[in-house]
Amino acid sequence: MEDSEKKAPSVIERYFTRWYRTDLKGKVCEDHCILQHSNRICVITLAESHPILQNGRKIKNINYQISDGCSRLKNKVSGKSKRGGQFLTEFAPLCRITCTDEQEYTIYSCIRGRLLEVNEAIMNKPDLLLERPSTEGYIAVILPKFEESKSITEGLLTREQYEEVIVKRNQQEEPC
Amino acid sequence: MHKELLAFVSEENSPQSHDASGEGKTDDPPNKRMRVDEDCVTPAEPDSDICPVCLGVLQDFCHPTFAKQVSDAVKKQQFEFDSLVLTVSLPAQLSVREHSCWLHVRKEVREKSMCLGKDDVIQVKDAFKWAVQGKIGQELGAAVLANSPCEVSVGFIHPETEEDCHFLANTCPDCFKPTKNKASIFTRMAVVKALEKISDEKFSRNYPCPPKKPNTRCSALDTSCLHTSVFIAEKTKTNLTVSAGRYNKFSRELPQTPWVIDGERRMDGSVEELIAAPLLSSFRADGFNFSSSGREDVDVRTLGNGRPFALELLNPHRTKFSRTEIKQIQETINQSSDKIRVRHLQIVTRDATSRMKEGEEEKTKTYSALIWTQKAIDDTDLDFLRNIKDLKIAQKTPLRVLHRRPLAVRQRLVHSMSAVHLDTHHFTLKLCTQAGTVLLIVVVSLHGRHCSYIKEFVHGDFGRTKPNLCDLMKTDADILELDVESVDVDWPPAIPD
Repeated sequence: MEDSEKKAPSVIERYFTRWYRTDLKGKVCEDHCILQHSNRICVITLAESHPILQNGRKIKNINYQISDGCSRLKNKVSGKSKRGGQFLTEFAPLCRITCTDEQEYTIYSCIRGRLLEVNEAIMNKPDLLLERPSTEGYIAVILPKFEESKSITEGLLTREQYEEVIVKRNQQEEPC
Repeated sequence: MHKELLAFVSEENSPQSHDASGEGKTDDPPNKRMRVDEDCVTPAEPDSDICPVCLGVLQDFCHPTFAKQVSDAVKKQQFEFDSLVLTVSLPAQLSVREHSCWLHVRKEVREKSMCLGKDDVIQVKDAFKWAVQGKIGQELGAAVLANSPCEVSVGFIHPETEEDCHFLANTCPDCFKPTKNKASIFTRMAVVKALEKISDEKFSRNYPCPPKKPNTRCSALDTSCLHTSVFIAEKTKTNLTVSAGRYNKFSRELPQTPWVIDGERRMDGSVEELIAAPLLSSFRADGFNFSSSGREDVDVRTLGNGRPFALELLNPHRTKFSRTEIKQIQETINQSSDKIRVRHLQIVTRDATSRMKEGEEEKTKTYSALIWTQKAIDDTDLDFLRNIKDLKIAQKTPLRVLHRRPLAVRQRLVHSMSAVHLDTHHFTLKLCTQAGTVLLIVVVSLHGRHCSYIKEFVHGDFGRTKPNLCDLMKTDADILELDVESVDVDWPPAIPD
């Protein structure tokens, strides 16, 4: 008996639109995928082309303490308007991931908005990030401002545009 | 009584004795009767014949003509009723004038060594009601009672003297609260409160006793008529809950309430509109409020006996219906669309509906879900699901609704599950669940509106619902269809296998 390709659209396809930011902070291949829900909530994940997900790498450590005064783990929101959540700009770091080969990567917010939660499950079980980067291995959930919910995608690439970037990269044979 | 009052009021008296008219120089209900017969000392304002206390209310509006006007206005709105309550709203400054006159009369009475308590005095409002309500009741063929679901409101305004109250804001500032809109802070209640607090000397210093005569008379506002809401629901035989009338939803493209985003309708129709339409027209109501014991998503069907709901009909112009007539309306609703069905409609009291939402934590619901699994499964793979009892799930607020609900973790309970194997990648899962208590108290969800966390239980919602079906079955899984099989049944339910 074989595994099935589901004919019906998946949860992500049903509710989310995929947006991309590539080469974050000029670092080649450090691509992020932003899943935007129809209700404007965004889930930040690693794009499949991100170096962490290549070549069977293993993760040594995920650190949400991004500076002396700031830990994303301390983020606490309350009430419907999610008061207290840290407000992020596009290049606000979410976490730093160190692989077993000592390579360190910073994962960024990519969009403006209020941080609702970071994924603590991957701290304890980094394999989740490697095996299921688009679902259980998500990095963070961000709520953009209501007025900005459409404009936040202006700086991002669509799925098609992202795929074009990948194709170009492969042609230029850039190592990732 | 009525005749005497009219006779008295229509006399072209000198202004002085007219001053006392507001104090109940009438043949009114016995306990309150007190004949006051004295001369006032204030000089008359030459041109005005308007009473400085009642501002003309008892002079011009106690005639049968006015009573008929009020009755006609009510008749025009075509309300159906056996009784009514008459409410009268007088300008706030009238209380000030009554108070002023009272102080004056009391002074005069003391000088004649008589005793008069404020309770002995009849208020203008009561005198007016007694004068007109008989005629109104007669015209409308209804009893005028102290309490009735049908309320006829008569109001008066007198812009000329509105500033009479203003001195009270300086003498008793804490009685007057700032208002949100441009509404006046001099509400009747606030004025009455201030008058209770202010000392007699202070009052007399700030306001003439007796009050000065106005130049214009009061004007009457339009008569309005309002009927209290009627509630449509279902009465169950058990005394545990009085559940609401139940609805079924057979369509996977119908929201429970209108789906509007940014003023635009995203999907036509809704359960509540389909149910309310025939009721609104039969009861000739101005509007409605729909509530239910939980709700389901657009794409979820509600089968079985249906979901309890209650409908409040606002300001119904017609309220008397026989059981047959209600059954007929129920039939009309059911004929109007094949997307919904209602049963057990009945008129109930407001209390009955509040109990529908009570005790939602104890209520059980059963669901049937069509599940897809990525890995191939056979019937024996489902055995362990069937054996699970009272599975505790910790669910973070689903991403689906996180934009408008607080972030929290909620405990859920799946009592039991049964499964029917369909093919190598599909099976039907039936679950019996109970909404549990909230673990992190951010906001306590009293109404259990999101019982369709079943979806999240199946696909895991990015791992934020734990454990989930993917974990349990060690495969990717997703939910293709969801049906609500029963809502609020007694525990334990029978889940057919």
